[in-house]
Amino acid sequence: MAHIPDGILSAPVLIGGGVVAAGGVALALRQLDDRLIPRIAVLSAVFFAGSLIAVPVGPSSVHLLLGGLMGIMLGTGTFLAVLVALILQLTLFGFGGLTTLGVNTMNMALPGVLLAIAFGPVIRQTTKPAVRAVLAGLVGALAVLGTGGMVSLSLGLSSPHYVPIASVVIATYLPLALGEAFVTAAIVAFLARVQPDALKPALS
Amino acid sequence: MTAPRDLRLRVVAAFVLIFCISQVHWLPVAVAVLAWTAVAAWFAGLERHLWHRLLHVEGFMLLLFLTLPLTMPGQPIFSIGVVSASLEGLGRATLIASKVSACVLVLMVMLGDVEPVRLGAALRDLGLPEPIARLIAMTARYLQLIRDEARRLHDAMRARGFRAGSNRHTWRSYGNLIGMLLVRALERSRRIEEAMLCRGYGGRFPRRAQAPPSRSDWMRFAALAVFGIAVIGADRL
Repeated sequence: MAHIPDGILSAPVLIGGGVVAAGGVALALRQLDDRLIPRIAVLSAVFFAGSLIAVPVGPSSVHLLLGGLMGIMLGTGTFLAVLVALILQLTLFGFGGLTTLGVNTMNMALPGVLLAIAFGPVIRQTTKPAVRAVLAGLVGALAVLGTGGMVSLSLGLSSPHYVPIASVVIATYLPLALGEAFVTAAIVAFLARVQPDALKPALS
Repeated sequence: MTAPRDLRLRVVAAFVLIFCISQVHWLPVAVAVLAWTAVAAWFAGLERHLWHRLLHVEGFMLLLFLTLPLTMPGQPIFSIGVVSASLEGLGRATLIASKVSACVLVLMVMLGDVEPVRLGAALRDLGLPEPIARLIAMTARYLQLIRDEARRLHDAMRARGFRAGSNRHTWRSYGNLIGMLLVRALERSRRIEEAMLCRGYGGRFPRRAQAPPSRSDWMRFAALAVFGIAVIGADRL
């Protein structure tokens, strides 16, 4: 339930989310080198395709969000990748909503971007694979929990009647955080072995 | 009432209409709007796979109908032991479910079968920064290709006896799968950029100015906008 559909949130939440998302997108555009556009487009297609894989966790299966990984690989460009992916998911598959584009972009991009600012430098520079894997897993899990918390908050702030639903939503994010932690750690370890440059958001 | 044919007006009309519907607070208005959108979708000849998209919001609806009647105080309908379902909660769940379904139908009728590239161009004309329109076009182009690549890698894993389970081996294998996709994607993005430069790409795609919307399109747009405002008016009266 990361994609909040239309018709649920209150106007202040919709507008607030839109303002934050627009700020993030404006920041990303200002830092954007024109030559990075093919890179962001193709990576964004990979994150989209990756989120379609059903990963078994316990008795259920989850679809990855990859917000933490996007933060590490794209930096603020994550806002662009998420916005574009949401527009495509809306028109191609009918997931999410039109008026909720801003809120959904904020919920999915912001945790990953902030966590990557905090942990990204260590993940890129450390020489110990174990430290890197643990930190990457942490970023993956916390990004998911951050998104879950913000989705719940968006619901809870819209109407007090949504609070029980918001707590159910948070609970569904727990298995996802577990799966996401292990998969993100594996992806980052793989990239660090095969192509360390891939972990840098800027042009190399 | 039909949607404007001009995509720019259609996007704005859909946005206004959905925003108005999403702010309805009164159950009879919400149900009437849902009925109206269902009839409009029927007459618009909405395709079957677009109707199926209503199922995407079903999980949320189920949660609404399970939680709201039990948690909202009010006149009880029935009670089992200490748990009782309230009429107010049921009404609130119906209100939200009607709004969400109506919004999905409006979206499907107006933007359900728009190609991403055309949408990107229309959004560009509406003031979306040019790099985002370019990203929409390119991501849509490579999504299909990368999904095929992911499917091939997944098939190759299965051919080697991989079976997904809830264990660390599975998670690591999927990590390697996505990591491989990323490495190949980065290589591909370099080739794409070189190919674009070889064909004289200078930082912008050429863009033809689109014709201004016709007068009848403006009329359709105005009709939809007035309808949206009327919905809010009827709701607040």
